Amino acid sequence: MKPSKLLFYGIIFIIIFLSLLPFIWFVHTSLKTEGEVTAIPPKLVPSGSLNFYRSAITDYNLLHYVRNSVIVAGATTCVTLFISVFAAYALARLRLKYKGLIMGSLLLVSMFPQISIAGPVWKILQALGWLNSYQGLIIPYVTLTLPLGVWILTSFFNELPKELEDAARIDGCTRIQALYKIVIPLAAPGVFTAAILVFIYAWNEFFFALLIMTQQKFQTLPIGIALFQGQYTLPWGEIAAASTVATVPLVVVVFLFQKRIVSGLSAGAIKG
Amino acid sequence: MAGLTIKNLKKSFGTNTVIQDISFDVSDGAFCILLGPSGCGKTTILRIIAGLEEHDEGEIFMGNKEVGNLSPKERDVAMVFQSYALYPHMNVYENMAFSLKVRNLSKDEIDSKVREAARLLDIEDFLDRKPKKLSGGQRQRVAIGRAIVRSPQLFLFDEPLSNLDARLRSTMRVELAKLHQQLGTTIVYVTHDQIEAMTLGDKIILLDKGIIQQVGTPQELYERPSNLFVATFIGSPQINLIEGSLLSNEGRMFFKSGGLTIDLGPRTVLEKYSGNTVILGIRPESLTPGNGPIVGSLEIIEHIGSENILYVATDIGRIIAKAPPDFQGRAGEGISLALRTTDIHLFYKGIRIAVGVLS
Ligand SMILES: Nc1ncnc2c1ncn2[C@@H]1O[C@H](COP(=O)(O)OP(=O)(O)OP(=O)(O)O)[C@@H](O)[C@H]1O
Ligand SMILES: [Mg+2]
Repeated sequence: MKPSKLLFYGIIFIIIFLSLLPFIWFVHTSLKTEGEVTAIPPKLVPSGSLNFYRSAITDYNLLHYVRNSVIVAGATTCVTLFISVFAAYALARLRLKYKGLIMGSLLLVSMFPQISIAGPVWKILQALGWLNSYQGLIIPYVTLTLPLGVWILTSFFNELPKELEDAARIDGCTRIQALYKIVIPLAAPGVFTAAILVFIYAWNEFFFALLIMTQQKFQTLPIGIALFQGQYTLPWGEIAAASTVATVPLVVVVFLFQKRIVSGLSAGAIKG
Repeated sequence: MAGLTIKNLKKSFGTNTVIQDISFDVSDGAFCILLGPSGCGKTTILRIIAGLEEHDEGEIFMGNKEVGNLSPKERDVAMVFQSYALYPHMNVYENMAFSLKVRNLSKDEIDSKVREAARLLDIEDFLDRKPKKLSGGQRQRVAIGRAIVRSPQLFLFDEPLSNLDARLRSTMRVELAKLHQQLGTTIVYVTHDQIEAMTLGDKIILLDKGIIQQVGTPQELYERPSNLFVATFIGSPQINLIEGSLLSNEGRMFFKSGGLTIDLGPRTVLEKYSGNTVILGIRPESLTPGNGPIVGSLEIIEHIGSENILYVATDIGRIIAKAPPDFQGRAGEGISLALRTTDIHLFYKGIRIAVGVLS
């Protein structure tokens, strides 16, 4: 191999290694035993014990948090996608006035720092009695992820030839049928990309979850993990195990659908 | 099946009036051509008939039923789009079956209809292929197949042959004519290709700028163009136009332009235009080398096999004529052209003058 190529791959390797380091580290830690976590010098190859997973589940209620996260992130994804599909379709297809203005303000809204809307959101939820409830977190998440969903899907719908829908309507479809029989299947990479990004956002979100969910019963995974830490204890092993549990599903899904997501992201990027 | 009647149709996009005020009718089972230059509103008219576009004013009847407010689904028309618009995620079979599935036909019924259409169009061999893997001509046939499977009231074709090469286009023309004979369904066919129009149509509606210029059989449009636009649009190579004046002398009418004088004979209908500036139109096929009033020198000769096309420079401008295939002249030589006076068209202020005996 030429030295320049070697350098190229070397740099790529270093970058990938550095960005994966935290992940590798906590997967590594999660597989150690109690003694190995604090051992000096640290052990390079963990003994592969699943003890920390067991205690994260039994002592720290890990599965309870996973369940809450699945509910909140899943519902957020469904609701956001449902609304985004219709909004994006309207923005892409109908002869609307001020289309640019609408798209622009969507982008603007998504750029507000979270802290600036935290107060009002909390007030509204309190008035509705929705603090510590699933919908209390799902609704803000939907609001925050809608701009993303609408933007991605609008750029996808814009790329589909309008005549396909016309053909479907001639073939006997109503507008709605044309949408779900022709447009959505063809925009599947876009729908999928939007779904994954929205899901990841809702799965990872910490700030609002901390603000709104003060009772353990409704707390999601990020909050749950953060609260593993007691006043005098720092259960590294369990935190690492829980972090692995929180990350692995996302990684698997993204890998499985990698091709579609990449085509989705780039299609939006080039022509959006 | 049903005929189609359009009454006083108007349509604007914003301030751009695309269809001015159009009325025509197509009898049951006819092959009607909408012909006109690009941008004259042909596609818009088709889309309005199909219900894909709303019209501003006017009425649309299919059979005796006013359909102006119905959705495309309720109108039961089939349309072949200029871009074919095949569903890319479905194979040929599914593309053709789609409209039947939407109408909830049974599986067997769908299968027999799709296979019959496929046989008719000779596309049975690639029913399981995706549109991406078909050639232009095959796609085009699939698009037609998708239209004919459900035996609609009316077919709308939007320049279906414009994406094909010349040879395929002429075979498909024949196929389409055959298909129409077999199915007998009313067809409205948009094209800007006059050869398609002349060979396929029972009736041609010639449009320009959203206004109907003339309606008639191909022969009528060719032989009796009602204005200058029709005269120049129909016919290839284009009709020769010569500006000049009409004079009457001892009961005979003469057309005079520069050094050229053409004796039109005793034409009383033309006498009222005497002294006026008119335009004389004569088609290249009515001008042949021989003893005649038009003289000039040969500029270019195009040999196209069955005949020769002559470009002749004269003092009244360039004149195009046709000569039989054995014509021997060479560029640069002098030539005189004979004309058939029965084929002369005269236009006064752009409108054809009723010249009676002339044709
Ligand atoms: N959706 C639309 N919005 C605004 N203007 C339109 C729209 N559709 C068509 N037009 C305008 O209407 C006019 C006629 O368009 P149309 O597509 O009917 O032409 P056409 O005769 O089919 O031309 P071609 O032979 O090029 O297909 C054009 O000037 C076009 O710009
Ligand atoms: Mg058109």
